Amino acid sequence: MRATTESPRLYRARDHRMVAGVASGIAWHLGIRVVWVRIAFVLLLGFSGLGLLLYAAFWAVVPPRPGGTGPPPRRNVFHLLPFVVIGLAVMLVEVVIFKSGVAGTAGWLVSIIAVGAGVIWHQSAPERRWQWSESLPVPWLGAVVEESDRRAFVLRFIGGGVLVAVGLIGVVAVYRPQGNFDAVINGVIFALVALAGVGVVAAPVLWRTYNQLRAEREGRIREQERAELAAMIHDQVLHTLALIQRNAGDVKMVQRLARGQERSLRSWLYKPAGSPTERLAAALEQAAAEVEDTFAITVEAVVVGDRETDERVGALVAAAREALVNAARHAKVETVSLYAEVEPEQVSVFVRDRGAGFDLATVEDHRHGVRGSIIGRMKRHGGRAEIRSTPGDGTEVRLFLPIPREGTPPGKDR
Amino acid sequence: MVETTEPAQDGTPEPRRLRVFLVDDHAMFRAGVRAELGAHVEVIGEASTVAEAVSRIAATEPDVVLLDVHMPDGGGRAVLEAVRRTRPEVRFLALSVSDAAEDVIGLIRAGARGYVTKTISPDELTAAIRRVADGDAVFSPRLAGFVLDSFASRPDAPVADPELDQLTNREREVLRLLARGYAYKEIAKELFISIKTVETHVSNVLRKLQMSNRYELSRWAADRRLV
Repeated sequence: MRATTESPRLYRARDHRMVAGVASGIAWHLGIRVVWVRIAFVLLLGFSGLGLLLYAAFWAVVPPRPGGTGPPPRRNVFHLLPFVVIGLAVMLVEVVIFKSGVAGTAGWLVSIIAVGAGVIWHQSAPERRWQWSESLPVPWLGAVVEESDRRAFVLRFIGGGVLVAVGLIGVVAVYRPQGNFDAVINGVIFALVALAGVGVVAAPVLWRTYNQLRAEREGRIREQERAELAAMIHDQVLHTLALIQRNAGDVKMVQRLARGQERSLRSWLYKPAGSPTERLAAALEQAAAEVEDTFAITVEAVVVGDRETDERVGALVAAAREALVNAARHAKVETVSLYAEVEPEQVSVFVRDRGAGFDLATVEDHRHGVRGSIIGRMKRHGGRAEIRSTPGDGTEVRLFLPIPREGTPPGKDR
Repeated sequence: MVETTEPAQDGTPEPRRLRVFLVDDHAMFRAGVRAELGAHVEVIGEASTVAEAVSRIAATEPDVVLLDVHMPDGGGRAVLEAVRRTRPEVRFLALSVSDAAEDVIGLIRAGARGYVTKTISPDELTAAIRRVADGDAVFSPRLAGFVLDSFASRPDAPVADPELDQLTNREREVLRLLARGYAYKEIAKELFISIKTVETHVSNVLRKLQMSNRYELSRWAADRRLV
């Protein structure tokens, strides 16, 4: 049995399989037709169920072919039928004609135990099994100490355990010459006691192995987090610092770099990731960030509440962006405020600067940015825009978008 | 960043130099702030740990403590709570690089009179210190946003003290204008009220924030983290 694992190229087939791909794997490995291997297994059934035993052993020990990531294709159950029938026939012939008796039954029972163990083994996740086969001297331990999926764990143990128990009871019952019911009960008790004994003996080892595995896993997770943080710092902070050193004389450049860096670190540290295409707050912050980077100004963005975006909200964000761009371009200030609030019945956005300002009545005619991109856009989407500007006292663009009642309640959107 | 401050009111001679204490675990930052503030206020001490801060603040009795949010051993909040037990008259201004709503609101609820970020300009910081020393609250637009968020009406949340757990419409108005980047003077003009009234509203908001239903706010903080 061990010898098979040492052959590095013997794998169970992932695709052309009927039960577990053992026959296909062996056929592929030996370079013969798979049907011969199958027939060989079925015929071996005749020798006290040796075929089944061998199959189970191969199943348990031979790893599945690595590489396939997706779930393997479904096996065709109907192909299995003839082999099952032939196998049953062989067994029948053996029992009825050759009357192999006790020895044959023992073979059966052992094979049942093997199948039970095989089920326990087989139900565990393939990747895990791989890992265990490599890391543990006894691969079965892995199946026992696996901790991730509780349901699979229970299923596996009940299924496999029942088979093992049946096998054990059978062994006891058969080898008791009296063969009466008491003997079976006694056998079961004896088997349980034996199992408990094994459990007591094995428990410390299992526990240690389990703890070791868990510690290893936690360590891996920590390591991964560290690696992620290190990568982020390397990609952003170190590169930015290098750029700042090179451009130390250029104040504007240094400020721009520092601001961009601060923003990205901040959002990495404090903000849950939100997609700008899905959430209003993320979209507004992205727009603000773009304007900051393009025009080398600071946008003080404050967003109260949040909601999903749709076409109308997207238009609101675009109008707000246009207002930010206007402020950055014309107001001649370092800082622009962006404030957005999501209320149950409307979303409002305010873009304010304390810059040059302009006289709406005189300038508006050739300001297509204001009329088309802000006022017109808001109007088209059922909202409105107000612009307040006093020369010398700055400008405030106010955008309002009513939200129809049937939308999701804003309380849920936070 | 736009602080909601008045332009420095020159003309009136400075009555006395304010005594300021710095608490921050980064020596570089303390040195920087000390250099920036030196001309306007008197920096009477620094501390880099919670224990050191608690004992030295008690010993030096500053007017205003500039307090970092994130420090080992409990952070600025631990300092605030320890000092306030014995010396409630010391005023705290949170000065942090943190932008997390939980940090900011947590410190304000513990009794800080205001919150500014470390990117604030020296002039604005001086003005903020002066305001805090005068008993006023310092709300940055971002803090105003956080507060609006925390007092957002939740129909399903139990309200222990309706008077305290809600903002009046006027207070909400003032907070919104603060968040929009308006200065006190501009808010007063916009709402046709006096600057003194604006200050009163802001102080009331701060008081409500510090005294209102703990359950509601902690739930809000938890919600924020889950978003």
